[in-house]
Amino acid sequence: MTLDALEIGATGRVERVRGDRAIVQRLQEMGLTTGVTVKAIRVAPLGDPLEVELRGYRLSLRKDEAAAVEISAL
Amino acid sequence: MGEDQSLRRLALVGNPNCGKTTLFNALTGLRQKVGNYPGVTVEKKEGRFAVGATEAVVIDLPGVYSLSARSLDERITRDVVLGRQAGTDPPEAILAIADASNLERNLYLVTQVLELGRPVWLALNMMDVADAKGLTLDLERLSQALGVPVLPIVASKGAGLAALRRQLAAPLPPAPIRRWRLPQVIETEVAALAQRLRASRWADGAAAEGEAIRLLLNDAAEDDPPQPPDIQIAIKTARERLEALGIEWWAAEAEGRYGWIQTICQSVIRQPEQFQRTTSDRIDAVVTHRLWGPLLFAGLMLFIFQSIFAWAQAPMDAIGWIIDQLSAATRRALPSGALSDLMADGVLAGAGAVIAFLPQILILTFFIALLEDTGYMARAAFIMDRLMRRVGLSGKSFIPLLSSFACAIPGITATRTIENAKDRLVTILIAPLMSCSARLPVYALMIGAFFPPNQRLWGFLSTAGAMLFAMYALGIVAAIAVGWLFKKTLIRGASPPLIMELPPYRVPSPRAVLLTMLSAGGQFLYRAGTIILAISIVLWFLATYPRQVALSRDYAAERSAIAETVQRGQATEDAAAAQLRTLERLEKAERREKSFIGQAGKLIEPLIAPLGFNWKIGVGVISAFAAREVFVGTLAIIYGVGDDEEASGGRALQAALQADRYPNGQPVFSPLVAVSVMVFFVLAMQCMSTLAVVRRETNGWRWPAAMLAYMTVLAYVGSLLVYQGGRWLGFGN
Repeated sequence: MTLDALEIGATGRVERVRGDRAIVQRLQEMGLTTGVTVKAIRVAPLGDPLEVELRGYRLSLRKDEAAAVEISAL
Repeated sequence: MGEDQSLRRLALVGNPNCGKTTLFNALTGLRQKVGNYPGVTVEKKEGRFAVGATEAVVIDLPGVYSLSARSLDERITRDVVLGRQAGTDPPEAILAIADASNLERNLYLVTQVLELGRPVWLALNMMDVADAKGLTLDLERLSQALGVPVLPIVASKGAGLAALRRQLAAPLPPAPIRRWRLPQVIETEVAALAQRLRASRWADGAAAEGEAIRLLLNDAAEDDPPQPPDIQIAIKTARERLEALGIEWWAAEAEGRYGWIQTICQSVIRQPEQFQRTTSDRIDAVVTHRLWGPLLFAGLMLFIFQSIFAWAQAPMDAIGWIIDQLSAATRRALPSGALSDLMADGVLAGAGAVIAFLPQILILTFFIALLEDTGYMARAAFIMDRLMRRVGLSGKSFIPLLSSFACAIPGITATRTIENAKDRLVTILIAPLMSCSARLPVYALMIGAFFPPNQRLWGFLSTAGAMLFAMYALGIVAAIAVGWLFKKTLIRGASPPLIMELPPYRVPSPRAVLLTMLSAGGQFLYRAGTIILAISIVLWFLATYPRQVALSRDYAAERSAIAETVQRGQATEDAAAAQLRTLERLEKAERREKSFIGQAGKLIEPLIAPLGFNWKIGVGVISAFAAREVFVGTLAIIYGVGDDEEASGGRALQAALQADRYPNGQPVFSPLVAVSVMVFFVLAMQCMSTLAVVRRETNGWRWPAAMLAYMTVLAYVGSLLVYQGGRWLGFGN
C-alpha cells in the first residue's frame, strides 16, 4: 500500500520510499524514513495535495509523491 | 565586516518557522545591516549585540531543512558557515536554533551542523509552545547526547535571552564530534573520502568527515565551485562499489541521522499518550475546507483591498495638506522665479504626490506581514497548488507571487526556495505581473478620480474596492497564463514536486509586523527621496523649458487689457481676478504643451492614441519606466498642480484630470481611459530595480530583456483591447 491511499485519519508505517533520488532524499530529510509513523490529516480543497502528520509536525505533499511512499497499515 | 578581529562572529542556523528571525531581532534590535551575497539575491543579514563586556556579530542565515545544498538557500548557508562565501568572514562558532515543540525534525539540521567542525550552542526556542503541547524535555540529557550546550528560550517573549547572552560570552565550547554511525561499508568509504578531502584541502580537518558524508551520499550536491576531478571520480567509484553490494546509498544519510535522533528523542522527550486537537487544527478545518477555504481566501483578498482605500484616506489627506502648506511656505519664502517654481512645481508636486501614498503602502505591507507571520501563506500555497500545477508550477511558487504584491524584489528573492532551476526562472519571470505596491498610487489616483467611493456594486461592495480587486486579479490571471505559456514553450519541464511544511498557526508578533512595515515604508520614502526626486526635477526642467516659444496669443497684452478694464470701471476686481487666473492657467498649459516634454509627448501621441492616452498620459507612462510611482508625480508636474491654490494635495490632481479636455471639448479622461491606463500598469515592466535584480539572478541581460519585451507588448495589447473593446461596447470615449 502507498501513502496516497491512506484514509484520512488513519495511520501507517513507512516501509520504503521509491522514485527519483532527489525527491526521495528530500522526502527523507523531511522525516519520511523507514519505520516512521504517518497519519493522513486532510486533502486540499481541490483534491490535491495531501496533509500528513509525522514526527510531531505537518507536511504537505502531492499524491504523486505520496504514491512513491510504501507503507503498511497500523 | 572584519573591522574588529576581537569581536566574536556567530552564524545563526535553523529550520524555517523555528523563530530564527525572531531571535535575531530580539538579540540585535535595530542594529542590523542588510545586504546581499554577491551574485545572488539571498539576503545577507548581520547584526551586533552585547555579550558580556564586548560585542558579538551574528550572521542570520536563511531558514533551511538540511545542508545538503540542493537549493540556493542551502548552498549559501553551508558556504557561509564553512567560510567559503566570498566577502564574508567565516564564523567562529554556530548558534543553532530549534523549535522545541517540533524537536525531532528540527534536530535533523542540527545533526548536520554538529559535523561542521565548529563549536555549537543549541538554543531551544518555543519552550512555551512545547509546554502547551504537554511535552516535557530533559535538557540536561539532550545536551549530553548531542555534546553541545543547550539553552531553553522563548524568543518572542525574550525569555532565556539573558542566560543565552551569558553563555555566548563564555569561552567557546569544544567542537562536537559525530556520535552516530552509518552501516560499516559506508563508513569505510566515508573515511577514505574524508582522507582525500583533507589531502586536497577541500575541507579542513574537523569538517572533512561531514563534508565526505554530504558529497558521497547526496545525489544532487551541486557545488560551486565544483570539486576537483579526482574527488569527483572517487565519489563515483565509491557509489558504484556500494551499489554493487546492493546498498541504496542515497537513503543512508537520512536513515542514519533519524535513527540517532529517534533514540535521543525517546530518552529526552516525554509526551502525553494522546494529543488533543489543537487550535491550529480547528482553524485549519475552516481555512483549508473544501468550500470555506477558497471563499475565505477570496474574501480576505477583497477585504485587504477595500481597507487600503477605506483606512488610508484620512492620513493621505493629511499628508496632502502638509505638502500644500510646505508649497505655500516655499513660495512665500523664495522670491518668485525659477527656483521657487522648481521647489513648488517640481520637487514638492512631483515627489510630494508620491509620498502621499505612504499610508496605503503601510496598510498593504501590514496585511502581507500578518499573513506571513500567522502561517497563512503556507495554507494559501496548499490551497492553490492544484491550480499552480495545471500551469506547470507548484504551490511553492505561489508564496513568492503573493509576496510580490508588496514588491517584486522580495518576491524574486523568495524564489530561492524553489529547487528546480526552470521553475525558479518561470516564477521570476511572472512575479512582476503581480500588482506591487508601487502600482498602488497609480490605481489609487485613477480609481479615486473616476470611480466615486460612495458608488456601490450590488449594494455592499464599493465600486472603487471592486475595481482595485479586479486590477490585482488581472495581474494574477496574466501571470498564470504567461507562466503556462513559458512552461509550454521556452522553458519546458515537468511539474515540480511539492514537499512543504505546514507550520502551526501562531499569534503574530506585533514587533515583527511593525519592523516589516517600517522597513517597507523606509524603502518607499528612500525611493521617493532619491530616484523619484531626481526624476521629478528633470521632468520639471523638461516641462518648463524652453521659455522662449511662439505662443498662440499675446498673454501679456491680454493681461494689461484686463487691468485696464478694471481701471476704467468696466469690470469688478473679482471678475478681473478670475479672468486673470484663467488666462494664467491657459498660458501655463500652452507653455507645457510647447516644452521639451510636450514636444516629445506629441511625437509619441499617434502611437498611444489607440490606447486612449493623450500626450500627457504618454509622458507619464514613459517616465514611469524608471519606477511606476513616478507616473503620479509626472502628472502632477504636467498638470501644474503645485501652483493650484484652490484644491488641496491629491484631490487637486484628481480635479485636474477630471477637468482636462481635448481641443474639441471632449474630456481626456473617462472611466474607460482610467481602466486602460491601469491595465497598462498592471502588465508593463516599469521598474529598473526589478530588472537589475533579475539580471543578477539569471546571470545576464537575456532574461531581463525578455521580461521587458514580453511585458511591454502585453501591456500595449492589453490596453488596446480594453480601450477599443470598451468603445465598441459603448463605454464612453
